[in-house]
Amino acid sequence: MKGNEVIAEAAIRCGCDGYFGYPITPQSEVMETLMLRKPWEETGMVVLQAESEVAAINMVYGAATCGKKVMTSSSSPGVSLKQEGITYLAGAELPCLVVDVVRGGPGLGTIQPAQSDYFQATKGGGHGDYHLIVLAPASVQEMNDFVDLGFELAFKYRNPAMILSDGVIGQMMEKVELSPFKPRWTDEEIEKISGSWALRGKKNREHHIVTSLELDPYGQEKFNRKLQAKYREIEAKEVRYEEIACEDADYLLIAYGSSARICQKTVDLAREQGIKVGIFRPITLYPFPMEALAKWAGRVKGMLSVEMSAGQMVYDVRLAVNGKVKVEHYGRLGGVIHAPEEVLEGFKSAFGL
Amino acid sequence: MAKFKGAIVVDNEKCKGCGLCVVACPTKVIELNPNVNGKGYHYAWMKNPDGCIGCASCGLVCPDSVISVYKMSVES
Amino acid sequence: MSNIQDITKPEHLVYRKTPLLTDNVMHYCPGCTHGVIHKLVGEVIEELDIQDKTIGVSPVGCSVLAYNYLDIDWAQAAHGRAPAVATGISRLHPEKYVFTYQGDGDLASIGCAEIMHACSRGENIVVIFINNAIYGMTGGQMAPTTLLGQVTATTPYGRDPKLNGFPMKITELLAQLDGTCYVTRQSADTPGAVRKAKNAIKKAFQNTRLQKGTSFIEIVGTCNSGWKMTPVDSNTWMRENMFPKYPLGDIKDI
Repeated sequence: MKGNEVIAEAAIRCGCDGYFGYPITPQSEVMETLMLRKPWEETGMVVLQAESEVAAINMVYGAATCGKKVMTSSSSPGVSLKQEGITYLAGAELPCLVVDVVRGGPGLGTIQPAQSDYFQATKGGGHGDYHLIVLAPASVQEMNDFVDLGFELAFKYRNPAMILSDGVIGQMMEKVELSPFKPRWTDEEIEKISGSWALRGKKNREHHIVTSLELDPYGQEKFNRKLQAKYREIEAKEVRYEEIACEDADYLLIAYGSSARICQKTVDLAREQGIKVGIFRPITLYPFPMEALAKWAGRVKGMLSVEMSAGQMVYDVRLAVNGKVKVEHYGRLGGVIHAPEEVLEGFKSAFGL
Repeated sequence: MAKFKGAIVVDNEKCKGCGLCVVACPTKVIELNPNVNGKGYHYAWMKNPDGCIGCASCGLVCPDSVISVYKMSVES
Repeated sequence: MSNIQDITKPEHLVYRKTPLLTDNVMHYCPGCTHGVIHKLVGEVIEELDIQDKTIGVSPVGCSVLAYNYLDIDWAQAAHGRAPAVATGISRLHPEKYVFTYQGDGDLASIGCAEIMHACSRGENIVVIFINNAIYGMTGGQMAPTTLLGQVTATTPYGRDPKLNGFPMKITELLAQLDGTCYVTRQSADTPGAVRKAKNAIKKAFQNTRLQKGTSFIEIVGTCNSGWKMTPVDSNTWMRENMFPKYPLGDIKDI
């Protein structure tokens, strides 16, 4: 199955209550698949094509106030439009899932894959002090797995979660083991999970207000400190990463998503030439695996952040190792996918090999 | 023939003295009080209580819902 | 003769603040139309006995804090996006009464696309649109509904159609859309007008019960602070200047 189709199938299977989207290449198959599957007949899941990305994310905001599992998907220019809604979701502490199948920018850019929205995804993206929980799938299988995981984390922390994919993973066809069906939450389950804040009609309790407005700056500061405490907890508990061929490595390629796949071939090519290279793959881009990466700083001679961008994650890598090892960046830009051989050449020239 | 007598009770402290009830009153019962409440507003009051017929016009137009209206029938 | 104490006994009470309004003092300026319409929405919810089934969506603008005044569940929406937020709620809570409460800047300017498409889809919601021809919260700037010649903070010499374009009658535009079942324009400046406005709001909520689609109620209101007039003079100015451009009455009722 195609990565985008798997997102749709995984949403239905994990008991998602609502999807609100707007067509944009290279992720339109998500909503197309959902419309074809008609989950409203099968599970009662709502699927709606909005008039814009702005409307779609605000429909997600409204639907999320109900305490239900809701999501949207888009690609870079569309996700830029969604930023207003995303910061409101974060500010109102609403759980939801946003899938970003990244394409090259800036502006309308290209419809080809890129990884140039790392900053936008991991540093907030909209206004204010907030973070999304960002998961970076490197396979179609992970496109399936991270839908459920994304919802789990979003509800655990009452925070929007994002799957930061790209046009490679979205359009790629691979064998996948789909998750077993989970029923949508019942009213009783929603009451148990989100009953303290969800909008379900006031009865025998105080009225619930979902808002991100606080006119008193001291109140807003207090709220922001609460958000920051939540992010520290996420950073402590939810870091996910993968280490490939790292044990004997002299150098590490730091790569996520499709670049991590490409780098696997680069590692083979390098090792054929007698250069011991491993891959450190962050799976959660926020929280970034700072400590896990820092442990390698004293053990390798250099790190190369391989991203299809002008170098964005490389800043987090440098922060993680804090000057203890040389960190360079390699990446093709604007929708061009780097070949394993190009990465190897880039790696060798970065470290004078 | 039954005749009605009315009266209003104004939540003086919550009244903002906008005066909309004054013009809405068909029998010119209400005026703004020369005194002010804790917020400095000249609050509404029954200057001419005998004229009140309990029609609730003042209550209907009041933006701050500070007027309660009472109405009782009296023998003519 | 009966004295006031005899009259003001509980059994003689004929009009009081609806318990659907909270005890919070509204932040609105004296004489503001918002207060009257909040009350009417509360009274309708009380009379239909739907407090536990009603969810409001507040806008950005003066009425952003509407959630502090009506004792129901509320979502606060981004500027202009209330119809999209209400769509999300209504689609996932099809049995609930969902309404948006929006001003003219929120609905007719920045939120034009959202209201247009919510009405076009016939979302089963109620939209309460307060048109006072000005941006109140930000200090009285020109709104899409500002009249020609009207002085605002951003049209200090009066709205000039060559520079600022024309006032927008968005309610008439929305009545053209097949998804709207009830489109009306009301005011709240006299006791009679308040009664009519309440009937319109009640009918709109009943339409939701009947799953009829989008009910849209424009309330032509005043912003006496923004207009720089007394509340009483504002009502007079509204009747003389707003009503000719924005005539009251039902535009569509199917």
